[in-house]
Amino acid sequence: MKDWFSKGSPWIWLSGGAVSICMVAVTGLVLMIAINGLSHFWPKPVVEFEYRLPGQSEGQRVIGEVNRTETMTAIAMREAGLTVPEGQELVTRHMIKRGNRDVTGQDFVWYLDDHMYDRRFPRDILVLERLTWGDFYGYLVDYRIDGEVVAEGAEARAAFRQRMAETADLVREINVIERVDIGDVNFRMEQLRLRDRGLNLNERLSEAQREQARAEMAERQAALDEDYAVLEQRRNELRHEVGRYAITMETMEGQMRTIRLDAVVHAWWPNDMSMFQKMGHYGRNFWDFVSGYPREANTEGGILPAIYGTVLMVILMSIVVTPFGVLAAIYLREYAKQGWLTRVIRISVNNLAGVPSIVFGVFGLGFFVYFLGGNIDRLFYQEALPSPTFGSPALIWASLTLALLTLPVVIVATEEGLSRIPRSIRDGSLALGATKAETLWRTVIPLAAPAMMTGVILSVARAAGEVAPLMLVGVVKLAPSLPLDGNAPFLHLDRAFMHLGFHIFDVGFQSPNVEAGRPLVYATALILVALIIVLNLTAMIIRNRLRERYRSESD
Amino acid sequence: MNDQTTRTHAVDSSRLRNTQGQPLNLGDEKICLSIRDLKLYYGQDQAIKGVDLEIPEKRVTAFIGPSGCGKSTLLRCINRMNDLIDICRIEGEVLLDGDNIYDPKVDVAELRRRVGMVFQKPNPFPKTIYENVAFGLRIQGVNSRRVLDEVVETSLRRAALWDEVKDRLNENAFSLSGGQQQRLVIARAIAIEPEVILLDEPASALDPISTLKIEELIYELKDNYTIVIVTHNMQQAARVSDYTAFMYMGELVEYGDTDTVFTNPSKKQTEDYITGRYG
Repeated sequence: MKDWFSKGSPWIWLSGGAVSICMVAVTGLVLMIAINGLSHFWPKPVVEFEYRLPGQSEGQRVIGEVNRTETMTAIAMREAGLTVPEGQELVTRHMIKRGNRDVTGQDFVWYLDDHMYDRRFPRDILVLERLTWGDFYGYLVDYRIDGEVVAEGAEARAAFRQRMAETADLVREINVIERVDIGDVNFRMEQLRLRDRGLNLNERLSEAQREQARAEMAERQAALDEDYAVLEQRRNELRHEVGRYAITMETMEGQMRTIRLDAVVHAWWPNDMSMFQKMGHYGRNFWDFVSGYPREANTEGGILPAIYGTVLMVILMSIVVTPFGVLAAIYLREYAKQGWLTRVIRISVNNLAGVPSIVFGVFGLGFFVYFLGGNIDRLFYQEALPSPTFGSPALIWASLTLALLTLPVVIVATEEGLSRIPRSIRDGSLALGATKAETLWRTVIPLAAPAMMTGVILSVARAAGEVAPLMLVGVVKLAPSLPLDGNAPFLHLDRAFMHLGFHIFDVGFQSPNVEAGRPLVYATALILVALIIVLNLTAMIIRNRLRERYRSESD
Repeated sequence: MNDQTTRTHAVDSSRLRNTQGQPLNLGDEKICLSIRDLKLYYGQDQAIKGVDLEIPEKRVTAFIGPSGCGKSTLLRCINRMNDLIDICRIEGEVLLDGDNIYDPKVDVAELRRRVGMVFQKPNPFPKTIYENVAFGLRIQGVNSRRVLDEVVETSLRRAALWDEVKDRLNENAFSLSGGQQQRLVIARAIAIEPEVILLDEPASALDPISTLKIEELIYELKDNYTIVIVTHNMQQAARVSDYTAFMYMGELVEYGDTDTVFTNPSKKQTEDYITGRYG
């Protein structure tokens, strides 16, 4: 036994065990998120059954997807006021996603397994993903144009399918007009309005100059109005065209509902799909999720603005934090006289890394948003006041706050890197007549570059996952426009943005429909993790390139 | 000056008077470096205790002595590498062509261009062979490919490395062997045409064959440069140098032409060291 100890076996077992526990934890986490997040996009079979409580002669017809299944004790269920057959100890219940929120009001309902009769999976059940009110489950009855029934039964199905493809194209065109073209015109009109106000506020202009500017602006306004009118007319024509087609659906209660095709995003017959079709459906759903805009209080649609905002913010943050951190570290390590002052500064920097992130958020709100942003507005954006331009939470303030938050990471990593450069390399350069600055610039910094990249990698990982401070300085639940678009100056630092981390919080805890949001929480979390991995991998590839280039014995 | 003098008879030894710590009269040798009453302190400790030394031009001068005797420190005084050590304080003068290099007006970078240095351990930069040699010129703002190509080739030829590396100038310098790296570092030093080259135990980290090559190289370089070499290896000092200075405990014990110092030392300490009784 003593021998066993002195050989160090317990130590090996202990450290090995720690590694395996870490591995299991990480793999488990990623697997759980991946399974929950990815399974959401798979078209599940839709079940139809009759739900008949004991004593009732006629049950209720239910159509829906089995969302979850649980086994509970009968006592708990009886206490909850449900009828459970005598002598039964365990009860299985299923959560059925019935959809049809506009008809039934409740789209997720628990049903006890014991009372479900006559289960089947009819091939002609149709599921519609709608723009509003969530999914719709039912049977296709007929297909109409301008309110007239033109096809029924199998014919309706074929006609509907064909029309859906055409409608999707038109809807896409409408979206482009509304989001891009009309957005463009509105942006320019707003700029004109601000210029007009700016003219009134500018006291140095003479009346004649003002008149001239106004005339010119009126001309441009008229041109814009004309553009707008053309776009609007085109949009109305398209709207009218897509609005002509509709289908009638029979719900599980036997009600008839007419649904216009332009309100339908996707339609599929889940019990009548081949494996291949299901895979196509899965791919399309996933693509819609990562490339679409959110709908229905973020519980449906995609997360493109959140991905966009997260990536942009992290990139801006690294652009800010890298030079500052690197310069600070170079001064601290290479130029500053090492003494109590540098020691105090180092301790402070290290402690900065331990400050809770929300504190940075509060600082960012007070200093960046209100003080800096407010003053910028007063100085440069007077025409827009009282509505703030930079004086409200914005992309730039979020990036700066996070840059501050991750500054210690970059400083510490860079200092480490600098201190690892062997003295002989510096001496070699100095002995060749290089000054200290030339030595730093030509030999030391290139050698320390991989360490600096390590600092950036760590800061990116930290910044991409940070949510708390962002809620104060720039992130919103729903941003009307992306922070990077086709309107000059293209990068709108003054806009609030969406963020994956906050999106998870919002969908998971702030959404009106928890059950509908649940899979999206996992899917969004998965995308966030994937995004951080991609950002880190990019930085690592850059770092390894640098290492390869400046390979030295010291590495 | 006759640059074609043979190795063992570089100087007529009868012209030298060994005056025990006083500056030597080196006859009609042209003096390149004069060290006058140099004292160096590390904080409270005195590492060099008043050294006077004249180093002749285009000759090889060796500093020998036991570890810690101050010979490397003295060498580093000649291109002011000791400036980099915060606690180091220097008194006295070092004259390079008659000008004191410790004058406050002296540009240290400029001085180091005139006085190149090669260290004990090969320290090539983690760049290509070509860029290593071109480094000094690039620092001076020379970027013309034609000029650089020419200088890289002549420097590598002089350092007797050209034939071994001419086909792989763009490979990393770390792909070379230790001996080749040390010759590369010497090529890098001579690329900026210094007047003096300081060699701080240049062969102590190398195998015998590489050492031999370095020694041959030193012999070749003597034609164009003043060379000061610090070495632990007595045979090496005897083989390559024209003049030898023996230092002990921060003091210059004996200085004279190499033959005299090795065959007929005037001091007991020198004889003891050379015959291997201590050190």
